Amino acid sequence: MPVANFNNTADFFEFVYGFYKTIKANDICLVYEGKITHQITKSFISLAEAQMAEDKEAVRVQRIILHVMVECLQNVSRHADDHDPGDNIYSGKGIFMISKNSFDYFFTTGNTVLNEKIPALIEMINKINKLDNPMLKDFYLKQMREGRLSDKGGAGLGFIDIRRKTGRKIEYYFLPVSEKISFFMLTTSVSRTT
Amino acid sequence: MEILHILATEDIPEIILDKEKEVFEISGRSLPEDINSFYQPVINWIQGYIRTPNPVTIFKFRFSYFNTASSKIILDILTMFEVMNEEGHNVVIRWYYQKDDEDMLEAGEEFAEMVEVPFELVTL
Repeated sequence: MPVANFNNTADFFEFVYGFYKTIKANDICLVYEGKITHQITKSFISLAEAQMAEDKEAVRVQRIILHVMVECLQNVSRHADDHDPGDNIYSGKGIFMISKNSFDYFFTTGNTVLNEKIPALIEMINKINKLDNPMLKDFYLKQMREGRLSDKGGAGLGFIDIRRKTGRKIEYYFLPVSEKISFFMLTTSVSRTT
Repeated sequence: MEILHILATEDIPEIILDKEKEVFEISGRSLPEDINSFYQPVINWIQGYIRTPNPVTIFKFRFSYFNTASSKIILDILTMFEVMNEEGHNVVIRWYYQKDDEDMLEAGEEFAEMVEVPFELVTL
């Protein structure tokens, strides 16, 4: 019996085993592909909280992770650009991944963006990455005072909050998909000994 | 004035706004799906209240967590109390935080810096 895109069932199971090994080797705790809804966000938070409690992570680490997860997931749910249906396989969806090692947790998102939005995103993240703590605080308060909540509920504060809470730089990468869109990946880490 | 009471769930805080019993409180987690429509009744209620407030208003924030979109709304709420304060009404903001939650304390301190309203930071 052929399975999905495989010639035979054995190939398929080989693939599954290889996939499982990749997940184990990279200590991936969670990986999700698809539309990131509010329901999904809530589910992932409770999953992560249960897991962190079981792993006896420090309460402060758990709090920081809650902040990072919510802002990362809400970023994708608000900004994953919805293109014409069938336009490409990434339309309006994204990837969310949590991985870890002995020292850090890593939170990674990926979603398509329109190419025209890339320069502003790069400028914003680079600016936030360069700021030290007091400057980040000032920038956060300024954005809170002057920023407007968008229809989608974004306040332009997510990246600043992630940077402030983690103390780490935000790493990002854009992979061209077509003339119109790129795949925007972002990763941030949280120290387990914070 | 009508009482506004919203029960908490995993993503919305409990809100009690009761002029007669002098209870004004938001507590719990705040990451609602639609931030604008969730907080609109709260904003409307407070807008009505500040026209004819009680002699003393003690507004309590007892958050365990709020997302960045909520922080913008919290500032909007505080700004309404700033106006009340400017008009000579007696209003105090009481901001609660867990003893070991430095970030929640810091958030309270930052809000206190941003608005001209008497602000008390209280450990739980």
